[in-house]
Amino acid sequence: MTATEIPPPDAALSPAGNPLGFGRMLRKEDARFLRGQGHYVDDLRLPGMLHGAILRSPYAHARIVSIDTSAAEAHPKVKAVITGAVLETLNLAWMPTLSGDVTAVLATDKVRYQGQEVAFVVAEDEYSARDALELIDVEYDPLPAVVDARHALDPDAPVIRDDLEGRTDNHIYDWEAGDAAACEEVFAKAEVVVAQDMIYPRVHPAPMETCGSVAHMDPVTGKLTVWTTTQAPHAHRTVYALVAGLPEHKIQIISPDIGGGFGNKVGIYPGYVLSIVGSIVTKAPVKWMEDRSENLMSTSFARDYHMHGEIAATKDGKILGLRVNVLADHGAFNGVAQPTKFPAGFFHIFTGSYDYPAAHCKVTAVYTNKALGGVAYACSFRITEAVYLVERMVDCLAFELKMDPAELRMKNLLRPEQFPYTTPTGWEYDSGNYPAALDEAKRIAGYDELRREQAERRAAAAEPGADPAAPLMGIGISFFTEGVGAGPRKHMDILGLGMADGCDLRVHPTGKAQLRLSVQTQGQGHETTFAQIVSHVLGIPPEDIEVIHGDTDNTPFGLGTYGSRSTPVSGAAAAVAAQRVKDKARIVAAAALECSPDDLEWEHGRWYVKGDPSKGQTMAEIAMASHGSLELPEGVEGHLDASVVYNPPNLTYPFGCYIAVVDVDPQTGQVKVRRFIAVDDCGPRINPMIVEGQVHGGLADGVGMALMEVIAFDSDGNNLGGSFMDYLLPTSMECPSWELGQTVTPSPHHPIGVKGVGESATVGSPAAVVNAVLDALQLRHADMPFTPAATWRAMQGRPLRPDLAIE
Amino acid sequence: MRVTMKVNGQETTAEIEPRLLLVHYLRESAGLTGTHWGCDTSNCGACTVWLDGAPVKSCTTLAAMADGHEVRTVEGLADPVTGDLDPVQQGFMEEHGLQCGFCTPGMMMTARALLDRNPDPDEDTIREAISGNLCRCTGYENIVRAIRWAATHQTVDSQEVSA
Ligand code: FES
Ligand code: FES
Repeated sequence: MTATEIPPPDAALSPAGNPLGFGRMLRKEDARFLRGQGHYVDDLRLPGMLHGAILRSPYAHARIVSIDTSAAEAHPKVKAVITGAVLETLNLAWMPTLSGDVTAVLATDKVRYQGQEVAFVVAEDEYSARDALELIDVEYDPLPAVVDARHALDPDAPVIRDDLEGRTDNHIYDWEAGDAAACEEVFAKAEVVVAQDMIYPRVHPAPMETCGSVAHMDPVTGKLTVWTTTQAPHAHRTVYALVAGLPEHKIQIISPDIGGGFGNKVGIYPGYVLSIVGSIVTKAPVKWMEDRSENLMSTSFARDYHMHGEIAATKDGKILGLRVNVLADHGAFNGVAQPTKFPAGFFHIFTGSYDYPAAHCKVTAVYTNKALGGVAYACSFRITEAVYLVERMVDCLAFELKMDPAELRMKNLLRPEQFPYTTPTGWEYDSGNYPAALDEAKRIAGYDELRREQAERRAAAAEPGADPAAPLMGIGISFFTEGVGAGPRKHMDILGLGMADGCDLRVHPTGKAQLRLSVQTQGQGHETTFAQIVSHVLGIPPEDIEVIHGDTDNTPFGLGTYGSRSTPVSGAAAAVAAQRVKDKARIVAAAALECSPDDLEWEHGRWYVKGDPSKGQTMAEIAMASHGSLELPEGVEGHLDASVVYNPPNLTYPFGCYIAVVDVDPQTGQVKVRRFIAVDDCGPRINPMIVEGQVHGGLADGVGMALMEVIAFDSDGNNLGGSFMDYLLPTSMECPSWELGQTVTPSPHHPIGVKGVGESATVGSPAAVVNAVLDALQLRHADMPFTPAATWRAMQGRPLRPDLAIE
Repeated sequence: MRVTMKVNGQETTAEIEPRLLLVHYLRESAGLTGTHWGCDTSNCGACTVWLDGAPVKSCTTLAAMADGHEVRTVEGLADPVTGDLDPVQQGFMEEHGLQCGFCTPGMMMTARALLDRNPDPDEDTIREAISGNLCRCTGYENIVRAIRWAATHQTVDSQEVSA
């Protein structure tokens, strides 16, 4: 299949009018959501359930002198008050992070960021629990805070992690990838070298549902059940077993409907652990739900990369090399959630979509007095930062060379015949036709016409008497290569757990099926698309395939949904399971038809005798036969099931080209995204409607990050993005009507060729909007987000530093 | 204090603290968890319900303020007798206007109110009407299409309502 040839959807329709396989299909999960009958964690009510609330630190850095909980304990509705001192007696004051560090469940010695957990109150209702927080008296001894990551390694910087034996500074790690010497050589000889500093500021995934849990430790059976907002129920179960020393088989994690995740619900937060401790202490179920400020201030921020890029090229725009130095602000604890061998995630994919020989990056991570986190907000393990870096550097180069950025990209894009392509930092891109995607995006945008319009407007603005309010038009391009579906077990694990995923497919006697998955949907529509995957292979109508997920007692082990890994990993598991069922069905059909399996041929949903299509067995007939008394060949078991653990041989590499058109108000600095064109290639689309929805959501993220989202701090470490009044999300007014296109390049190593799409748009779109704004301003660089104030300052030649408070 | 209010046409009553928010009354006292809560600052609109026919943010309304009034929530959108979906609900399904579903109830209550006021809104009008409802999943495109779908598929019943 060539890149531009769109495969037709599976043509046949089921009795309910759904495609038997791929194609547009309305979502199965919608029925309950539309009627207000979703089951989110906060909707759960158990008999005798109590409510927890967390007291948080007002300081970014302070020693705890004393905590007096007596008044809170005296509150008539309070059942328990838990402090770090209480947890110490249970050996639970600290817990491991996903990155080999430890983090406090409740602070014992010091608080290390504003919003850190200090005490936990359990009461009869939420209002009383929060009332009681006010009754806790904590005496703090404030310490100077490390706010600016660039000063974290100063010799006189306060040491944040004095809990760690022998620590004398705030350095976490240095990590390198690529070939520094090869870069030296290329850069020394290059005709053009452009260097640029840029910040990918701290942002937050901010799903509409905040994080929370209901824990119930049954005092009789000793079984712990936790209903919780997790994207990775199985991984959470193992971590709870390790942290609390509870037997894993006595822990059930249920992840019911999740109101958006975007990476926010990968980590394990103190609140989850505290609801468990609260339940153990009170012998009653305990619910804890964070409020929005708690969500924005304490759970899983994203990005916070200070980057210095250098790009080398010839005068006519052939890129020769790219090198990057990164200062990574990890907050007070190293809690990034990513594969163990990749401390900077997959950032070293920063070479992007281009063909050049030399690349190198060095990442230095530091502690600061900010919340922990790092890998979140649909970042594909830091590929967002990588794509932003390379796409900004390419535009900086275009700016210096006075070249059209589309032309510069076309000149350097990898060619289709170079795939599979090994990048200078060691990634093996599976497949792609990049020039086709760029051409398609330009075609949809009417790129040349847009450039003409821009030239005319600029000429008009230069005329005497020109309208000073005339908007400045900018066009920005971004080309991205994603790497998703982590990942091959031998390279990728989280906390020692290999990143393979299990899947069980059971076909019932009547030919209806249940598919059990280790991954967990947060809105991606797994109940629909995974049924379509099985339907595609087996021809069973998707409405007859029930997808079960989000319950560790009822699904096979696997690492969960993040990094766009569901389709590439679990989707492959489902396809392989369905294929195994199909193979077994052939044996059963042959037994029923009294012929050899080799004599059978498959058409959708049915094995039939070659040359005699009237003689055959449908899946429903085969299912009944395999559960019935039909004599099966020696060694063939009854029933029609398959269990698969899929260990991906490689990542899949979706890609795409985005073009943003913006108008900037020269008098206010207000940016309006006029158009946004997105061409995505994620391989064949299981359900194009859902794919487009995923892309739309990610594009809005890009507009948000480029124009308004940032969590900044003042010099005392006060979080300045702690509510939706301060941390702005794009509304319907800031988002344009998205214009989508596609090319289709299947993955050669995925059983059904699909690549995954969940994060592509979040990864690819910020650079397009930023490039467009800078194009409008005719500036080489200024940092996002381009709020009106920041845009205005950039226009005045005094750009703001977005991560710190305005001076 | 005791409050009594009609929710989706049914009388409800409860002894409450005067400070209880309407969103919590609906979720806890009335047991209607379709109305969600998403922020502390009246920004997100996940809690949108109708109070006497007009959309309000129930996180910014005291339950006491609804005493003696009529409230309509997402559970009251479908036809109470037949259970048939309102065209707005149908439109959200047809046009994939929801993903995680968390913003959806509030979004649909706002949309229904818009269509009752203006049965044929254009895209700009729709975007403005839903600008107080945040959605983190859909990028709004399909929500706009869903509301347009509902506008072009008004049932006889809902046309009467909007007349
Ligand atoms: S809960 Fe956010 S506006 Fe009401
Ligand atoms: S559908 Fe998830 S927030 Fe709107």
